[in-house]
Amino acid sequence: MTAERTPLYEEHLRLGAQMTNFSGWVMPLQYSSIREEHRAVREAVGLFDLSHMGELRLTDDVLAQRVVSRDLGKLRPGRAQYAMLCNADGGIVDDVLVYAMADGSHLLVVNAGNQDSDFDWIRSHGDGAVLNVGRDWALLGVQGPHAVGLVQRLADQDVSALRYYAFAEGKVAGVTGIISRTGYTGEDGFEIFCANRDASRLWRTMLEEGRDDGIRPAGLGARDTLRLEAGLRLYGNDMDAATNPLEAGLDWTLSLDREFIGRDAILRARDKGLTRILVGLRMLDRSIPRHGYPVVNDGERIGVVTSGNVSFTLGYNIAMAYVPPTLADPGARVGVDVRGTAVPAEVVALPFYKRPHPK
Amino acid sequence: MPDLSGMRFSQSHEWVKTDGDSATVGITEYAQSQLGDVIYLELPNVGQTLEQGGKLGVIESVKAASDLYSPVAGQVSEVNQELKEHPEYVNQDPYGKGWIIKLAGVKDNSALFDAKAYDAFVQGQSGS
Repeated sequence: MTAERTPLYEEHLRLGAQMTNFSGWVMPLQYSSIREEHRAVREAVGLFDLSHMGELRLTDDVLAQRVVSRDLGKLRPGRAQYAMLCNADGGIVDDVLVYAMADGSHLLVVNAGNQDSDFDWIRSHGDGAVLNVGRDWALLGVQGPHAVGLVQRLADQDVSALRYYAFAEGKVAGVTGIISRTGYTGEDGFEIFCANRDASRLWRTMLEEGRDDGIRPAGLGARDTLRLEAGLRLYGNDMDAATNPLEAGLDWTLSLDREFIGRDAILRARDKGLTRILVGLRMLDRSIPRHGYPVVNDGERIGVVTSGNVSFTLGYNIAMAYVPPTLADPGARVGVDVRGTAVPAEVVALPFYKRPHPK
Repeated sequence: MPDLSGMRFSQSHEWVKTDGDSATVGITEYAQSQLGDVIYLELPNVGQTLEQGGKLGVIESVKAASDLYSPVAGQVSEVNQELKEHPEYVNQDPYGKGWIIKLAGVKDNSALFDAKAYDAFVQGQSGS
């Protein structure tokens, strides 16, 4: 199967990006250096192509309530929420952002690799009330301490007044779209949805207008190291259909007082007691923990690393890992098996990094 | 561009520069560009004997961990300690301050590419 291209594919090549295959899409891994792109997002502003992400539009309110883990009745138009799609066993089908649109419909922003399976899965629970619009839309991420100022200068309205997880329909650089105060980096900023045909214009204007802000295009490499520092889970790495949201430490995304698919199984799992839970690990030496490395204790395998890397911001190495609840409290010591050596690590609270002054 | 004329290169993208029976070893510009940001190196101890083509250590970039191989046989006489604090030197200056180890008792490097042959080998690998 040929990898799909976003409408910004040519822009990435022009910028000399190293391209990679990700979830069936050919995407920029890095333009210059992951370290430099990471730093630009933490200290200035980074520009991401997120057009591979899927968007599903649900016009059936009852269906939306049934498949999404949170009570959408409480989500006012103009606000977005992070939520789970679960299967009947309580396993995570996908993690999504749900946008409550002005017309009463819901927009689900879903992982690139899941957009078609999510669509099929939702359709299997209610016919005809869901549209797969992901390939019609581009999505640009503008993230970092200078992001709000930059987007504000180009916007047709006061977007700096938008609260975190709020959005507005409007224009940026003359391009009509949805301007959303959301992100996946741990920094303030926006994600801007627009039509495919407008994506290049918006992308180029951002890079030009953001020059004095220190803007850099940032690839999936930096996106991964940034989201890890921010303790944000990556679907397929940190959780999947065999993981329930309680194990993934995502209890806060569940409205367990109402019906949704997977709720009963999740309640049963809770009552039975969890056997594993996702924690943060701080490595106590310089070895790099990576996805799939065993977590050990007294020579026995007790868990597994799901994400790990250097933290450029903190200056040490970090990981997310599943461990038994008895070893899940901050301060607990475990080992990570790095090529046959048990490297000491300490359980720490998530997120590893929090930006200095969140809005 | 540094002068590579006195260097020899392996298929696994290490370089070696010999001086009598001692040698300095690093990874090539092509290797560092493929690895991306280097963040950690696991290196042998001084005194350890390495075979030609034998495992020298592990180099970790943000993207992945990769094995390093010794382009020649010899005994480790020095390890670049600077790389502990500054693994990025491998990216910034792979033929200079990003050198990785020095070897003593080195004899033969005839099986390796010269700069021109290595260049052709890389062109073939990258398909460009």
